[in-house]
Amino acid sequence: MSVFEVLRFAVRGIGANKLRSGLTMLGILIGVAAVILLVAVGNGSAREVAERIEALGTKTLTVQGVGGSSVLTAEVAEALDDPVLAPDVTSVSPVASTQATLTYQGTDHSVQQFVGSTPSYFGASNSPVGTGSAFTEDDLTQGRRVVVIGQTVAEELFPGVDPIGKEITVSGALFTVVGVLDEKSSASGFMDANDVAIAPLTAVRQALTGYGPFSSIIVEARSPEKVADAQSEVSLILSQRIETTGSSTSQPYRIQNASQLLETQTETADTFTTLLGAVAGISLLVGGIGITNIMLVTVTERTREIGIRKALGAPRRVILTQFLAEATMLSLLGGGLGVAAALIGSNFTIVGVKPVIVPSSIALALCVSVAIGLFFGSVPANRAAGLRPIDALRYE
Amino acid sequence: MTVLDVRGVTKVYGEGAAIVHALRGVSLTVQRGEYVAIMGSSGSGKSTLMNILGCLDIPSAGRYLLDGVDVSRLNDRQLALVRNRRIGFVFQSFNLIPRTSALANVELPLAYAGVKSAERRRRARVALDMVGLAERADHDPNQLSGGQQQRVAVARALVTEPALLLADEPTGNLDSRSTEDILGILDDLHAAGRTILLITHEVDVAARASRLIRLFDGQIASDVQQERVLT
Repeated sequence: MSVFEVLRFAVRGIGANKLRSGLTMLGILIGVAAVILLVAVGNGSAREVAERIEALGTKTLTVQGVGGSSVLTAEVAEALDDPVLAPDVTSVSPVASTQATLTYQGTDHSVQQFVGSTPSYFGASNSPVGTGSAFTEDDLTQGRRVVVIGQTVAEELFPGVDPIGKEITVSGALFTVVGVLDEKSSASGFMDANDVAIAPLTAVRQALTGYGPFSSIIVEARSPEKVADAQSEVSLILSQRIETTGSSTSQPYRIQNASQLLETQTETADTFTTLLGAVAGISLLVGGIGITNIMLVTVTERTREIGIRKALGAPRRVILTQFLAEATMLSLLGGGLGVAAALIGSNFTIVGVKPVIVPSSIALALCVSVAIGLFFGSVPANRAAGLRPIDALRYE
Repeated sequence: MTVLDVRGVTKVYGEGAAIVHALRGVSLTVQRGEYVAIMGSSGSGKSTLMNILGCLDIPSAGRYLLDGVDVSRLNDRQLALVRNRRIGFVFQSFNLIPRTSALANVELPLAYAGVKSAERRRRARVALDMVGLAERADHDPNQLSGGQQQRVAVARALVTEPALLLADEPTGNLDSRSTEDILGILDDLHAAGRTILLITHEVDVAARASRLIRLFDGQIASDVQQERVLT
């Protein structure tokens, strides 16, 4: 009997009980689709986190004071901008930031970050100006009260109005809007990256924060590859400039770079993906048990049929091949449809995340489902095919 | 020419206290073209004998030669071949494959014999025509009456043109009209020179055969040639 013939028998066997075949395939379909899709969601969220951190700037270092310490003074900032001691540093932007309420013609908006800094901040923090212009060195030295606002602020305060040239009140002080930032990609997360306003450091210190220490200093390295070099130079200068008090061993400042941040965030995202994968794996396992159950019932129920076939002279090998082919077709078809469903599903945004398919998860899910189908289809079929025809015929 | 040669066949089920001797040494020979009826009360071992003759079961002891070949020495694959080529079996409970058309059921033994699809279909249609069911070829078993199902089963047993046709109470589940149909077909087959062995416990069915064997308690009680009663 040819292979083609056996396959035709298998197709007929599947077609003979459409409801059960359909349910088996549905079980496999759901298991496979769940694994692929959930892993894709985990992967997608990891990508999103990475992109958000990259948007912060991959060649910047952030020096922050720890625990309200007042070590980040103007002298420290000036010392960092040293072409001899720190050759890999291209710009230093001291930051004085505060929360502030902006008012324009009776409309209030509370901005998360009202940043006072230098013009180099725009480049270092990866916040290009979309319309209008950034403030200049001249604005900085003159302490002019000009401000560049983020997209969220522009939408809140100036719905349908061009904000350039308008005057807004920031906690009692008048500022003139000179530019609007490009929209930044950070749809989710705790902070809206577009809810910012950036003004010259001098003006902000004078009008809002006073002349205390900076909240942070943003240091830009020459290139993303030079970030580590720049970091060691910066920490050397800081350790010379800032004396750590003898009693405490911890430093009063912290240097962070985006790649460190990226690393920790990626680790978190990986844990998330693993967790989702485990949940999906369980659903595949449950689906697999379903397949097992149906295969066992199917073969046991068809023991009598196997007996008839043997009585008509079917060799054991042909019977086994037929049942194996049926199981393979069911699990392959179900698995294939599951992959298709997952591919279609990945086009939609799921819980705010755009899924990104991991190819290996497709292979894994398909292999597991086919293996389960094959194993639990073949074991009972093998047992039944090995029975003497009379025993199989008498089976009830 | 001898088709069947059974020598001292015994069959034992179970062991110890629960031991059952289904056959206690049965010997018989059947020549080509004979029409043999086997009778006996329930428990006399006639079904066991039939299953052994049909290679569905193996004897505990003794020899069984089918067309001169010692069947008890064959392995699983060779036994499948013997069942396929030499024996046609008709069961009391029809044993058609469910949800499979009459034609496909009749084609099945030919498929296992490796006959090509077109040739298979032609021969299956001829066999169905012979039992008068040509126009029901595409019906599933559950769309056929008991008599029609048994006629499909007879067609399936005949389609490989086996040396031996075994029928285990073929009319046991049928009404009198269907019984008459089946017996008529068997008569025709006998007239065409086929060897037929039939189990029954109805006297008027047994009366159609040319030889009557009575089994009692696992042994042959009588074995006589008889005048066939034809209707």
